[in-house]
Amino acid sequence: MVTMHWLHRPADFRQSLKSALATAQPAERLQQLAALAQHRIGFVETIQLDNALKSVATGEQAGIGFTRIRLAILSSSTIDHLLPAIRVAGLRRRQLIEVHAGQFGQYRQELMDPASALHAFRPELILLSLTPHDAIAGVPLTASAEHAKQAITAAIADLRELWRRARDDFGATVIQQSYLDVTEQVFGSYDRLVPGAPARLVADLNDLLAEAASQSGVLLLDVARSSARDGIDAWFDIARWLQGKIEIAPQAAPLYGDLVGRLIAAQRGLSKKCLVLDLDNTIWGGVIGDVGLEGIVLGEGSAAGEAHHALQRYARSLKERGIILAVCSKNEAAIAESAFRDHPEMILQRKDIAAFMVNWTDKATNLESIAAQLNIGLDSLVFVDDNPAERARVRESLPMVAVPELPEDPAGYVRCIADAFTEEDRQRVGQYAANIDREALRSTFQSMDDFLRGLDMSLTFGPVTPVELSRVTQLINKTNQFNTTTRRYTAEEIAALAEAPQNITLQLRLADRFGDNGLVSVMILCQNHDDPKVFDIVNWVMSCRVFGRQLEHETMNIAVESARARGAHGLRADLIATAKNGVIKDLYGGLGFSPVPGQTAAGTSRWKVDLAAYTALPTFISRRATA
Amino acid sequence: MTDQELLDIFTRTLNDLLADDTIVLSMETRRSDVPNWDSFSYVTFIAAVEMELDIRFRVAAVEAFATVGDIVAETRTLLKKK
Repeated sequence: MVTMHWLHRPADFRQSLKSALATAQPAERLQQLAALAQHRIGFVETIQLDNALKSVATGEQAGIGFTRIRLAILSSSTIDHLLPAIRVAGLRRRQLIEVHAGQFGQYRQELMDPASALHAFRPELILLSLTPHDAIAGVPLTASAEHAKQAITAAIADLRELWRRARDDFGATVIQQSYLDVTEQVFGSYDRLVPGAPARLVADLNDLLAEAASQSGVLLLDVARSSARDGIDAWFDIARWLQGKIEIAPQAAPLYGDLVGRLIAAQRGLSKKCLVLDLDNTIWGGVIGDVGLEGIVLGEGSAAGEAHHALQRYARSLKERGIILAVCSKNEAAIAESAFRDHPEMILQRKDIAAFMVNWTDKATNLESIAAQLNIGLDSLVFVDDNPAERARVRESLPMVAVPELPEDPAGYVRCIADAFTEEDRQRVGQYAANIDREALRSTFQSMDDFLRGLDMSLTFGPVTPVELSRVTQLINKTNQFNTTTRRYTAEEIAALAEAPQNITLQLRLADRFGDNGLVSVMILCQNHDDPKVFDIVNWVMSCRVFGRQLEHETMNIAVESARARGAHGLRADLIATAKNGVIKDLYGGLGFSPVPGQTAAGTSRWKVDLAAYTALPTFISRRATA
Repeated sequence: MTDQELLDIFTRTLNDLLADDTIVLSMETRRSDVPNWDSFSYVTFIAAVEMELDIRFRVAAVEAFATVGDIVAETRTLLKKK
């Protein structure tokens, strides 16, 4: 049986759903439904929640912190039962996913026919959910290795053509589902040795599929791996296949939806970024304040000690993959520090922990401090605590924080976190730890200039190229504060903007003596339609990690130089005010722009600067070789 | 479990799946009597009942059910075997 064991069961699902539906205010109703989506719910409950979601009309959903996404699913089996699960998984991540389900088995025609419903839908993402039957049907059991290989290669080449269509004709991001091994064994253990055996064909197909997907920038929805973990019977039910050509069993639908939801969230740069760990009975056994440094259970020699060891090792591997680690514990800070420093079995070191909140303050408050200190959103935290009461309190006061429902036995901790928390984000941990050192430096310096000079900042910049595309997309789509227009783009749209010769795109990386902040700012300038000697700044974003570092000054200096090099005499920019970008309301004025009076939409102000009159703004940032 | 208890479970399941609380199943109800109870939602209904009661219907039995009463009778047989 497939369950999302890391989520907690709702106290009374039916009652909660009823009270959400009784809420007259659509925005409030949506919030309540999103809160309910954080729970572990079954197949029928997922459909109920999805039906309730339909009660919030499209027009009423706008502007309340939810992102809308259009996803099309093209399939060679029945997938109608998966749609509610996908929408609920989106709701869980504050995304309103509009799903278009292609006609069963008509995916080729839909992709190729310009008059198809798929074209009218204009999907941002296209998910291909195909059974292995078509790909391997023509291969006889007795096929030679060469014949089998040809058939598989041809099937994957066919897929590549579908991907190309999805990308080129729709500008969509493609998600390809791996092939579920629904075959029966023919030769038993020898199946993997016989080229024409169905199990071998599906395995080879998946190998080649993964390779092709990675080469083509296609996201892989690996249901084959999930079914290998849960057992094929949990994912495929022959009765359902016979009754309705249903490949993904209804009982697996909620998890399937969640896997799709994770991929979409990661593609939008909304992955979890920080693992916050409790100490007592979580990363070690026992209460250190009671039993002392020698009394805690950790490490080789006891099964329980090894279980806590395994959790530390797993946290360490997440850190290596770019997840930030933090500690949030009710303890005496000095005693907790001593464990990190002096306990010989500790795998996690104090320097692995980017934020260390050990005090007697309540945990919700501490989690807010951690998010503030690391400059990340509360919704990017995962909070791991053995104590159900603490978990309940955090869920209650900070519903946006993910709180895995740990099993009672520490032996199961790693599995629980691993299943709840698989992300694909970049290496960033060094940056966050260094940010806290920077804050410390700031408080020791007398003046801002001394501080900035002391940072020893250097800037690398260049146009947006395919290498930066995913980070650029992520930065533009997740930045709310320093974002001049809050326009969101897909990777494909940005690639198109960057390739167009009339545009100027800039991506900037800032390093300082504490480390590399990575790619922290992006500006997109387009040649004005009416006056080709003027460039419009259509979007400009900057990571809040580098606020107050004069980077906006240096960026504008570079933008002006680039525009001058193209023979321009002026820059123009719109600033679209939102609830979150108040920090830049005086941005353009401070950069020497003057307001352009006239007709703009409410909340939008228009600015311009004459390049002949622009004098470069002084900064403490040195430039390194231009990429 | 009595016939009525099973009818209640089936009714609730179908209410939830079809988002229609007006449906009330009786032993004589046929699928065609219920608006929107099409062949796809029939399969999901069967799947939902199997999950809730931890039973498995034979595919031939599912094809042969004419009335809800037939499903109730088969369910009772399966529950007895457990």
